[in-house]
Amino acid sequence: MEMLSVKNLGISFGGLHAVDSFSISIKKGELYGLIGPNGAGKTTVFNLLTGVYKPDMGQILLEGQNITGLSPIEINKAGMARTFQNIRLFDNLSVLDNVKVGLHNEIRYSTISGILRLPSYRKTEKRMNEEAYKVLEVLGLENEAKNLATNLPYGKQRKLEIARALATNPKMLLLDEPAAGMNPSETDELMEAITQLREIYGITILLIEHDMKLVAGICENIFVLNFGTKLANGAPSEVLNNPEVIKAYLGE
Amino acid sequence: MKAKLLNMNKSTRSNLFTVGVIVIVYTVFQTMSTTGNMSNLLKNLLVAMCYYSIMAISLNLTVGILGQLSLGHAGFVCIGAFTSAFFSKIMVNTIDNTIIRFSLAILIGAITAGIFGVIIGVIVLRLSGDYLAIVTLAFGEIIKNVLNVIYIGYDSNGLAFSMEDTASLNLMEDGVVIIKGAQGISGTPRNANFTIAVILLILAYMIISNFINSRSGRAVMAIRDNRIAAESVGINITKYKILAFSLSAALAGVAGVLYSHNIATVQSTKFGYNMSIMILVYVVLGGMGNLRGSMIAAVILTVLPEYLRFLRDYRMLIYSIVLIAVMLYNWAPACIEWRKSHSLKDLIGTVVGKNRKEKKGA
Repeated sequence: MEMLSVKNLGISFGGLHAVDSFSISIKKGELYGLIGPNGAGKTTVFNLLTGVYKPDMGQILLEGQNITGLSPIEINKAGMARTFQNIRLFDNLSVLDNVKVGLHNEIRYSTISGILRLPSYRKTEKRMNEEAYKVLEVLGLENEAKNLATNLPYGKQRKLEIARALATNPKMLLLDEPAAGMNPSETDELMEAITQLREIYGITILLIEHDMKLVAGICENIFVLNFGTKLANGAPSEVLNNPEVIKAYLGE
Repeated sequence: MKAKLLNMNKSTRSNLFTVGVIVIVYTVFQTMSTTGNMSNLLKNLLVAMCYYSIMAISLNLTVGILGQLSLGHAGFVCIGAFTSAFFSKIMVNTIDNTIIRFSLAILIGAITAGIFGVIIGVIVLRLSGDYLAIVTLAFGEIIKNVLNVIYIGYDSNGLAFSMEDTASLNLMEDGVVIIKGAQGISGTPRNANFTIAVILLILAYMIISNFINSRSGRAVMAIRDNRIAAESVGINITKYKILAFSLSAALAGVAGVLYSHNIATVQSTKFGYNMSIMILVYVVLGGMGNLRGSMIAAVILTVLPEYLRFLRDYRMLIYSIVLIAVMLYNWAPACIEWRKSHSLKDLIGTVVGKNRKEKKGA
């Protein structure tokens, strides 16, 4: 069963083909890695997939549903959630509230019942808290719930972004350099958390990463991007030993 | 589980505390005023304190919670003031019951201002930052200036409207002119009093505070903190921006209703950008997103100029120096530290906490 199927995706900025005929097919429950040298267009691919940029050409199917050209809001509702390379948290909200914002479309009550504090407000808010704590526990953040997001250490901020994305109950999760700036022990913890959330939610993941230990350690398949086009695609052991890939990373 | 319970109660507790303080201040002032221990100067300012507080907390919703700088807040106050005064003057002989008439006037003021909030919000909220500030400033001025040249009267034939002068309304002999251009509306029934004003202030505070601590309020703050991330978790940016902006406008309208039913004459020139800036000063001084602070700043800054009257010509000079000094020192680390260690809430908290522990022990 295909979760994500992308065909000939492309976008140009002026004369630059940032992404050119990008095609990928990801099976349900799979963990795919997207790697490539700096400026290869990895984050642009994410921005295309999540609707931040509208593609010039190509088609994106999420579990058979055509999501090409939809807005980020609609794409999130269709079941795709993401994190950002440069952390984007709601800094002045608590950790718990950050996750509760993620639950916005999952658990609802009207503005009026919020203002009047009707019984539905109390009931739903309680359920929201329970759900939010569940997600925080998976990522080991339950003890930080009361703290402001901006006061978290770097590694935990990255995890909170994942928690917030998970709260939107996605079918597919896009992680943009989740281990960037983490020390080795934080990276190990992150790898464990990712493995765990795959077990719990059975979620499909596409991740961009420069940390080859992480990529080789947890990804089932790797897609290598260079100058906006495909360089290699396949299992980690064969891709990482591909002379073309080594050349792209290290030069001749 | 325990942590969740504490969180649930936090906003409710904080609401109760604030409302409690407002009621205590109200009781003290009301007793002073009825027992004749209050100067006429202060007596005349009691309702003003309340409507300036409402203006301040409603603007705080736009500036502090939504994070958008609006310089046209007085425009919404103006709309609330004029529509409600207009309604009260027309209905003064039709609806005899003051409570019903004034309640309807409040609703009309709030709803009209809210509708204008939606209309203007749809247009201006595409902008942000300095651009938004300039456009809201312009809208505030437009509202003021349009109301400055409108003449409306009625006679047995119905309503008559003009933008020229009173004569061009062509009223019959039994006609009454209600809005007289630059002279505004005079003779509005003076239904506002301190008690009603305080009740409305408490209601406005509860509405804003409950809104902030609800699903919608979180969405609004998420947009303020990071628009792109808010979009990525599926939050409808336009909807929540307009919701917060129009709620803020509607509550400003309520402040306007109090304004026009407190004094004999409402003139649109009073609602210029001077008033908008003044409301913004309350918000900035009280702290962005801090509703209590807004109210305290509004009350102090309403009373202060009146008590500085003995300085005569130097009054506004000293007033502005005081403002600058407060701005500089209010959020200084040492001052924040002092406030924390002398906080009334903590004092009550420790007393209540002790009682709880004792009860548990027993």
